Amino acid sequence: MVFALTRTGVVATVLAALSLSTLVGAAEIGQIKTAKGRVTIERDGHTLPGTVGARLQSADVVKTGADSAVGITMDDDSLLSAGPGSILSLDRYAFEPTTGQGRFDASLNKGTLAVISGRIAKGSSDAMTVRTPTAVLGVRGTEFVVSSE
Amino acid sequence: MSEFASVARRAVSWVLSCVLVAACASSGTIVLLPEKDGHPTAVVVKEGDKELILDQPYAAAKITPLRPSAYRASPQEVEAQFGAALAAQPARATAFTLYFIQGSDELTDESKQDVDRILAEIARRPVPDVLVVGHTDAVGNDTSNDALGQQRADSMRAALIGRGLSRPKTSEPFRAASGRRPSQPPTALPSRVTAASRSWCAEGAGRSAERSWAR
Repeated sequence: MVFALTRTGVVATVLAALSLSTLVGAAEIGQIKTAKGRVTIERDGHTLPGTVGARLQSADVVKTGADSAVGITMDDDSLLSAGPGSILSLDRYAFEPTTGQGRFDASLNKGTLAVISGRIAKGSSDAMTVRTPTAVLGVRGTEFVVSSE
Repeated sequence: MSEFASVARRAVSWVLSCVLVAACASSGTIVLLPEKDGHPTAVVVKEGDKELILDQPYAAAKITPLRPSAYRASPQEVEAQFGAALAAQPARATAFTLYFIQGSDELTDESKQDVDRILAEIARRPVPDVLVVGHTDAVGNDTSNDALGQQRADSMRAALIGRGLSRPKTSEPFRAASGRRPSQPPTALPSRVTAASRSWCAEGAGRSAERSWAR
């Protein structure tokens, strides 16, 4: 009887874990479309390879090595691409495809970044920001480059 | 004048030049690029309470410790500093709008031909990512319109897979969603679907529309 109860407990835990991983899967916010040289993704203290096709999540930090570059398409069609020696943090991302509304905050801690904003920036003027260590860029539906030394 | 005063003056001028160097040292650059379709855009650069608006092509700012400092950049400078980042830019999403025959889930003859263009666009991209968004007109309530939009998107997604769109390597190949356009008057919304692809996609709205994108 006790054994049976324990087994029930295990089954319940596995189901909970499955539904959690389903939720995590749903939190994918973008994808690496181009990659050259050494590209890594820092997530929850782990370093993952930033290969073409890799899915990204909120709070991921994407890093490029020397002579490396990466190109990312976000769910709202924002395009971010970073040159060599860059540290790009996807701090906060929320996008509701049905209404086209959302919020996107990214940081370029180091390196170079080219941005073509997507549907989120077409919403309110505060909906998308890119931070450098000392400045905050408010993006109003646009194409620009930014460097951080 | 005493030697002490002279040393003090030198010290003051040394401190001043340090401050000036610090004020001029840039810790970053922002350049607004020309928009492909020419519509007006802007980036607002804020440092503390200092704000600078870049709203012309090649309007640029240097980030300095005190404030953003405006200047005009050249295409050559952008290429020299940002060439690698710009070369890594993914292809833009391509959007297609397909129309249904009103009151049915069958595409119009014209839109049937678009399906071939969508498949070709998907094939062109190394990591296709397809989003199909079903639309309705804005008559009626959002809940039922969203449900109808979802239904149209699902049927379009199934149709594309039925046309031989291969199962992608990525976890979530084709997503189907409902799209709402609250700002548009009902009369501006035909029956359609849109498809966009980060590798390809199609969109449709209205009584019988659907859309998808490739990106």
